[in-house]
Amino acid sequence: MTNFDPTLIDWSRAQFAITAFYHWCFVPLTLGLSFIVAFMESLYIKTGNEEWKKITKFWMKLFGINFAIGVATGIVMEFEFGTNWSNYSWFVGDIFGAPLAVEGIMAFFIESTFVAVMFFGWNKVSKKFHLLATWLTAIGANLSALWILVANSWMQYPTGVHFNPDTVRNEMTNFWEVLFSPVAINKFLHTITSGFVLAAVFVVGVSAWFLLKNKETVLAKKSILVATIFGLIMSVFIIITGDQSAKLMAKYQPMKFAAMENIYEGRTKAPLVVIGALTKDKISNKEEFAFKLEIPNILSTMAFQKKDAFVPGIKDIVYGNSELGIIPTSERIQKGKLALEALKDYSEAKKNNDEFAMNESFNILNDNYRHMGYGHFSDPEEIIPPIKATFYSFRFMVASGFWFIILFIFALIYILRNKIEEKRWILYAAIISIPIVYISSQLGWVVTEVGRQPWIIQDLMSVSTAVSNISTGSVITTFMFFAVLFAILVIAEIKILLKQIKLGF
Amino acid sequence: MFENLSHTALQQYWWILVSILGALLVFLMFIQGGQSLIYQLGKTDKNRSLLINTIGSKWEFTFTTLVTFGGAFFASFPLFYSTSFSGAYWVWFLILIAFVVQAVAYEFRSKPENLLGKQTYDIFLFINGLLGTILVGAAVGTFFTGSHFIIDGERHSQWTMVTRGLEAALNIQNLSLGLTVFFLSRILAILYVFKNVDNDEIVQLARKQLIYNSIPFVFFFLLFAFLLMLSEGFAVNPNTNEVFMEPFKYFNNLIGMPLVAFLFFLGVILVLLGIVFPILKYEKYSNKAIWYSGLGTVLTVFSLFLLAGFNNTAYYPSVADLQSSLTIANSSSSHYTLTAMSYVSLFIPIVLTYIYFVWRALNTKKIELKDLEEEHVY
Repeated sequence: MTNFDPTLIDWSRAQFAITAFYHWCFVPLTLGLSFIVAFMESLYIKTGNEEWKKITKFWMKLFGINFAIGVATGIVMEFEFGTNWSNYSWFVGDIFGAPLAVEGIMAFFIESTFVAVMFFGWNKVSKKFHLLATWLTAIGANLSALWILVANSWMQYPTGVHFNPDTVRNEMTNFWEVLFSPVAINKFLHTITSGFVLAAVFVVGVSAWFLLKNKETVLAKKSILVATIFGLIMSVFIIITGDQSAKLMAKYQPMKFAAMENIYEGRTKAPLVVIGALTKDKISNKEEFAFKLEIPNILSTMAFQKKDAFVPGIKDIVYGNSELGIIPTSERIQKGKLALEALKDYSEAKKNNDEFAMNESFNILNDNYRHMGYGHFSDPEEIIPPIKATFYSFRFMVASGFWFIILFIFALIYILRNKIEEKRWILYAAIISIPIVYISSQLGWVVTEVGRQPWIIQDLMSVSTAVSNISTGSVITTFMFFAVLFAILVIAEIKILLKQIKLGF
Repeated sequence: MFENLSHTALQQYWWILVSILGALLVFLMFIQGGQSLIYQLGKTDKNRSLLINTIGSKWEFTFTTLVTFGGAFFASFPLFYSTSFSGAYWVWFLILIAFVVQAVAYEFRSKPENLLGKQTYDIFLFINGLLGTILVGAAVGTFFTGSHFIIDGERHSQWTMVTRGLEAALNIQNLSLGLTVFFLSRILAILYVFKNVDNDEIVQLARKQLIYNSIPFVFFFLLFAFLLMLSEGFAVNPNTNEVFMEPFKYFNNLIGMPLVAFLFFLGVILVLLGIVFPILKYEKYSNKAIWYSGLGTVLTVFSLFLLAGFNNTAYYPSVADLQSSLTIANSSSSHYTLTAMSYVSLFIPIVLTYIYFVWRALNTKKIELKDLEEEHVY
């Protein structure tokens, strides 16, 4: 595998990052609002109360505006796997393609078929069929998320595959292992529930604005009721799945975990840093804590369920720790180079029909395959991800998660007492929470994706070998184009949304 | 069931599925055809809105079919995905942009404070109708004319032309296929309008447009078909897997696969009947013509894909290095993955069934201007 011009890698990365960022501005609201709308319509069908119909239609309109732009940014991501990450596309196509195809056949069509009924079917199909369509849209949207997250999880924790030197790629050996890997299940649940919480905050926040303006108060309060109950249940669930995510990360991606916690030297009885500020030490080039507030022992307990469990630090992973059996990265680099060399020898031997040499190379390759990705590095420190971004993003995400629980609890208490209009601080807090939840949701992906750099597939393929062989200038041009186009579309979307909100129910 | 099939049989099965998706995609491009006709059929703002709402409730089917076509191609023939998408970078980029602007245009165009104004979004729809069809057609055209890439032992590809795929549009055969798809999409849109729009002014203009668009359609289609039948093709020696140029390869494929030849000619005849019938007897055929031409389109495109991939043919040939050419055998996923996906493909009939019922439920009667007073309009 070739190593490419670093600027090409960075621009390709930037292009994918900006596409993913824009895509993720819209997807979580689609995931959550689709269910909230389905609850509301169910209440309409059950009670026959026209107010619920009005409420359903209002949120459905906002859903539609948001949905369209989510679709537009989604197709760009699908194409970019091929256009900008072609070496990766081949290397994992045998695994990655399958979820993508299943997604198309099973999920996208449910979504796109029934969304049309949702929008255009009010006077054309029966009430119950319409309700069914709304539920199916929600299920379809969330199923779409399942398959792409399965693919992403596989990149974090590759399983259910073997490497075939004849085709020079990973080939799937067990579909169920890929689908039901613990990382995949947890990632799916954590991600969709984050969408549910985001949508709940959105509904509460927008409804709070109506209450502050003293407009549509009855409908706004009903909306808040549905959203807070949904949001509160999901916020609890998101903490459980979030905790599980961290445990899985500690187990399968210890470097990401160490970066997220900024642990340089591993230790037992590791404390959890609740709040901290990092500053780079100019001499050692390490991130040091300028200050920190920590709870003793908690990190060891949370990550490994034992107070005196050892949490490996960046140093342990980079330079190895013989007591704990952690291989130094320099050794993994050597083993990786052996694997790459063996792969080359294998192809050569195959050309010459030398079966003995083929077997020999095959065995060396197999023994060292799980280190193959390291073969492209020269300096062990190259495997350290950006620490600051991972550390701060994680803390913001977790803190805001707890903040939403508090918000939902208070909102629920006062909505049940029918006193929420009097508590203007809750209403203001709900509105401010809208940008917070969007930032938090994006930062969740920063932890996941920035934290696993430099890998595109953990331990097997680095980002630098995955990129397409294109001129950097071409990628810069398309990057600029997307950045401008998406920015315009996002501004348009926000303006339209605000106007529709102002127009009321 | 599927696990007992040979790798070759699974590759053929998936080539057939990809071909069906491609064929359905071209049929569903009547949406794009309609978008490129909005100014010719809709002389007033209201009529344009009526047209956009007629096709608007279906745009997501075409879009989803495109996404699924891409996903299925990636899953079953990943080497095509990695080679073509990165190589023909600018073509795929332009196709992408054409579809990105479409996705927002419907929802945003008639909403207040939409930043760019209704006209811009309508231009977006027009761009999608024009570029989407021509470029997809020209890209498929390269299945028969070849592209400029080299693939190394690690399956990494390198494109040898700086124009990155745009050179395909300069080839008369690719271009004629692109224009065929463009005019066909407009014809299908007109037939769709006959079936679904209750507005005399639009229908009268559509009847005229049917004739105007049929002439270039027939011209470009015949040009493409002649060039294809007369051209050399990219044949594969089944024993050595060596790729070589064979005179009249695609003509030979037609002769060698009589069923495909039958489907091809049946398809062409059905498309033409769908055009000729409403021109001759509008009252009798206006509601049915879309089904003739629609089915004809599906059959013709399907058989073209089979001509490109079956009968020992390289479906994505390289003119820079013949032996780098992609065949369904050397570019596919593994036996295991194709088997797993084949089980998933059993859901396709269910998907088609519910789409059919939903489509019928939404199209109970023709659309007219008063329908635009409903709440959810584009």
